[in-house]
Amino acid sequence: MEYTKEVMEHFVNPHNVGELENANAVGEVGNAKCGDIMRMSMYIEDGIIKDIRFKTFGCGAAIATSSVATDLVKGKTLEEALMVTNKQVIDMLGGLPDVKIHCSVLAEEAIHAAISNYCETTGIELPGLKKHCDGCCECCKGEE
Amino acid sequence: MKGQIYFDHAATTAVKPEVIAKMLPYFAVDYANPSSVYSISRTARHAVEESRETIAQCIGADKDEIYFTSGGTEADNWAIRGSAYANKNKGNHIITTEFEHHAVLHTCKQLEKEGFEVTYIKPDSEGIIHTSDIEKAITDKTILITIMFANNEIGTIQPIYEIGKLAKEKGILFHTDAVQAVGAVPINVKEMNIDMLSMSAHKFYGPKGIGALYVRKGVRPQVFMQGGAQEKNRRAGTENVPGIVGFAAALFDACMHTEENALKLGQMRDYLITEVMNKIPYVKLNGHISKRLPNNANFSFEFIEGEALLLSLDLEGIAASSGSACTSGSLDPSHVLLSIGLPHEIAHGSLRITLGDDNTYYQIDYLVEKLITIVDRLRKMSPLYHEN
Repeated sequence: MEYTKEVMEHFVNPHNVGELENANAVGEVGNAKCGDIMRMSMYIEDGIIKDIRFKTFGCGAAIATSSVATDLVKGKTLEEALMVTNKQVIDMLGGLPDVKIHCSVLAEEAIHAAISNYCETTGIELPGLKKHCDGCCECCKGEE
Repeated sequence: MKGQIYFDHAATTAVKPEVIAKMLPYFAVDYANPSSVYSISRTARHAVEESRETIAQCIGADKDEIYFTSGGTEADNWAIRGSAYANKNKGNHIITTEFEHHAVLHTCKQLEKEGFEVTYIKPDSEGIIHTSDIEKAITDKTILITIMFANNEIGTIQPIYEIGKLAKEKGILFHTDAVQAVGAVPINVKEMNIDMLSMSAHKFYGPKGIGALYVRKGVRPQVFMQGGAQEKNRRAGTENVPGIVGFAAALFDACMHTEENALKLGQMRDYLITEVMNKIPYVKLNGHISKRLPNNANFSFEFIEGEALLLSLDLEGIAASSGSACTSGSLDPSHVLLSIGLPHEIAHGSLRITLGDDNTYYQIDYLVEKLITIVDRLRKMSPLYHEN
């Protein structure tokens, strides 16, 4: 198993790491049992993701996919953010080993989880929201 | 591996130059098939038999009790499958442990599918198997006890002498996968009542692709590899002459220096453990503190994942290993760490450091220095970690 230089670059210098203090949308997916947890915090204003941070417990690919996913949605409208797919995350990273595909799925789910949290607290209804990780690792295996 | 600091000697070791030198003539000069009748094959035959004698002496066996195999995995497969089928008229029950190497575990799982029954003994939280647990598991159908000499991940050394004594009293065959122990700790198969013992040369600075099964006289596991009459009709296939010569040379060297190496590596290992435990918070040493191989340290760093740790160490030129699921491509972390009761998230954050001849205290200091920074960086990225 080998990572692309894009994965290594994002692993070594991940973008948007941390926790937003003024976050109004927070989502956490995955579980420690499977070895991956992603937590994304966003500041959303006027339907736009103005700022985003992530914290990830997981392997190199989990950290890299989190980093790329935050880049992909930053500055986007909520509708645009929900269109971001794990496939795009994989493409941005120049590919992922098969056994790491689930990390990209988790990154997509983390975005949905945070936006879902925002919708719940603000009462906004958005089509295209996916339900987030229920802790079933097998479910995301091989999904592309 | 230029520029790399290698801390993964339980995975494999570099072949020593003097071992390579002894092997070289058997590739292109004295290359004859040892089973042939002409005079030049006698040199090869002589080398094989002399090597067999050396290896036997190193573990307290007789020369005709050593059977060469392709390595530890084949030796384990042969010992277990061969004994199960050779004794199936006596019973169908095998006793092993939950934290064996996969060469043993998967062989046992397969035998279960073929109608054998297997009891998997759980080690205690420090990674030690209790002989009393084995005794309780014995039934009148038990035909084989197979327990590893030392664990490959956490390095814990099992009470082999006691288990051998128990097996002998009960008249049950006793096999031990000693792949990690041979050359590292003193072994005497006679005193320890071991009926079969697996070994592999590349773990003690010998070549890959060669190992052996010690089989006590009178014990007859069913033939596993069918073919020619090599190894007294019990393991077919033309002998890997250079491999066998390298195996013997490496083992002889390891056995001549067992105590001195154990002392040197043990001190270095203890220094590493002390440094890591003192300088990094939320870290756990996996496996018994003293009943372990002199070169093995296995840590769990809370709140972080092992593969990310290994990748970071690799970027600093350090090679190590982890029981994290992500390094194996499976979803579950190491079965060894789970067997000693570690929660999944702690098992995911494990790091195995196995020292060898080439390591220095300077390298340990470098490792600890890098670990402090890497663990801190990964924790700051982890949603599980909350700085106070």
